Amino acid sequence: MAQIQIKNIRKEFGDFTAVKESSFTIEDGEFFMLLGPSGCGKTTTLRMIAGLELPTSGEIYLDGEEISQLPPSQRDIAFVFQMFALYPHMNVRKNLSYPLVSQGMPRAQVKAKVEEVANILGIQDMLNKPVGGLSGGDRQRVALGRAIVRDPKAFMMDEPLGALDAEFREHMAEELRALHDRMNATTVYVTHDQLEAMQMGDKIVVMNNAVVEQFGTPQEVYDKPATMFVADFIGSPSMNFLPFEGAVSEGATSVTLNGQTLGIPQQRQGASGKLVYGVRPEHIKLSDTGDYRGEVITTEYLGTTQIITLDTPNGELKARVDSAQVATVGEKVGLSFEAPKITLFDEATGAALISELNEKVLAHG
Amino acid sequence: MSFSVTEPSKRSKWFAGTMVILYALITMVPLVWIMLTGFKSPSDAISYPPKVLFEPTLEGYVNLFTTRTRQTDDFLAANPPQTWYDEIVREYDMVIAGPSKFGERFLNSVIIGFGSTFLSIVLGTLAAYAFSRFKIPLADDLLFFILSTRMMPPIAVAIPIFLMYRQLGLSDTHLGMILLYTAVNISLAVWLLKGFIDEIPREYEEAALIDGYTRFQAFYKVVLPQAATGIASTAIFCLIFAWNEYAFAVLLTSGTAQTAPPFIPTIIGVGGLDWPAVAAGATIFLLPVMIFTILLRKHLLRGITFGAVRK
Repeated sequence: MAQIQIKNIRKEFGDFTAVKESSFTIEDGEFFMLLGPSGCGKTTTLRMIAGLELPTSGEIYLDGEEISQLPPSQRDIAFVFQMFALYPHMNVRKNLSYPLVSQGMPRAQVKAKVEEVANILGIQDMLNKPVGGLSGGDRQRVALGRAIVRDPKAFMMDEPLGALDAEFREHMAEELRALHDRMNATTVYVTHDQLEAMQMGDKIVVMNNAVVEQFGTPQEVYDKPATMFVADFIGSPSMNFLPFEGAVSEGATSVTLNGQTLGIPQQRQGASGKLVYGVRPEHIKLSDTGDYRGEVITTEYLGTTQIITLDTPNGELKARVDSAQVATVGEKVGLSFEAPKITLFDEATGAALISELNEKVLAHG
Repeated sequence: MSFSVTEPSKRSKWFAGTMVILYALITMVPLVWIMLTGFKSPSDAISYPPKVLFEPTLEGYVNLFTTRTRQTDDFLAANPPQTWYDEIVREYDMVIAGPSKFGERFLNSVIIGFGSTFLSIVLGTLAAYAFSRFKIPLADDLLFFILSTRMMPPIAVAIPIFLMYRQLGLSDTHLGMILLYTAVNISLAVWLLKGFIDEIPREYEEAALIDGYTRFQAFYKVVLPQAATGIASTAIFCLIFAWNEYAFAVLLTSGTAQTAPPFIPTIIGVGGLDWPAVAAGATIFLLPVMIFTILLRKHLLRGITFGAVRK
């Protein structure tokens, strides 16, 4: 198993830049998520690590060895494709044996290894079946089996659950995570589903428009977003943005929105002009004492919590509150925001202003 | 009684079935007539009105495979017929002088037909794979250029090719004919096969690359089996063209490399064209393509409809 280091990697397809100078490190044994909307360059990044694309510039280190220009066969990295890509003209056993046969492993050893992997994945009964007749989940298991059978240094997974139906997807996600915990293999996993990324990942890289927006643990990325894009992309409902014009100075602990003073974590960076007050729905409380007021537009009941959409002087926002809280459509309610959890953004650049909350996370970029 | 939008009613099924059978019968009449003529005697073959019922004889086949000479009565009396085919020719006071050239010509057809098909498929598959998978500068123009070779009737370039072949010493050689038919077939092969290879997801090869195989191994072990359907149907089209080609064969071959199509009409019998022998030649000539097509039929059917429906 191995550490993977990406340094200033860049990929151009003709005039189109798929990935711009991106750098991050995947530690040994990490379950690492590459998250972003479609077309953001996450799959290209993954394919560059696997060797299916060669970077235009930059380096990739696998356990300290520079591999960015090596053919995939010399990298010892396994890849699980979204559409599984099982060899359709072979049965399950042959599919699983294929990577071992290429290494010239003796036949008896191949057989033993294939059976061992089949046992891990619970597909020992279907070894002699053609892959065509398998269900989506079983195909997924075979695809995983083909990846783990040769004990590669790292696994690349390109939306491996994307082709499964919703119900089964959750189950497979758990199975995958359990498999990872058991094997402790460095895994890079591409997804556009932020929930999947939060749920399964040890670390997340959020990409957008060919650029790495943020890189950190799910908690860091969720609580301390580095950019408005990250704040918006992660979380459902996403972070509320209240745009306002004003100024904050270094050391400030409050800002003024619409004449009301709202708390913020102590700022480490001053700014002025068009700013955005970012607050997660669960950090908003309905309170009669709150001076900042909004009108209830709709409520969505979600069981233990409910999402209340409010119209405020700075725009619409959504609050996640306890279901027990009574909110009537049309009612004007006072709002209070959890000051230590607030992030301010510069609207022009989209970047978060450094504060007590996020200084440690944002310092390393 | 329930009606379904997608399931045809019994009546329309009957109608469709009848039409198909009728069409099959109509298209088969000339074939059946040729096959029957092969078993007729020369007089039955040219009788008017045409005979549907006749006494079958293998005369046509004997005449096709042999050359015969007329002999004196003394010679015939001194040498009684040895075999059944001897007996057949005796009726005309003839004896068999030796085998005809049909066997050789037929073999030429096999060598040239299958040789050029093989070469077209090998080159076509490699080219189609390259066009399908790699970024080739001016790929679209190249593809159009390849197709454009098919836009004129091949015979339009017969004279330049005739002169070229004479200069190069390729006239009347197997190699020359194989190259010529390959050149004509290759455009069809590239275009058909590119379509089939385009349909094969790249992920299969990528999986093989990841699994430790080289690009060529991935092509050979993963893409080729997937493209088998396309290769089979393309091979049939190529073979049918090369097998049936007449104009170039007449022009460029006369002896060693002459194929069956120009040879069959030259079988001239005593006092006119020996129609039963010609018909017998045509019947035998049909067999290899028929067998080849039947062998690959499963693939052909899938090949024609392949890619029509997104799976």
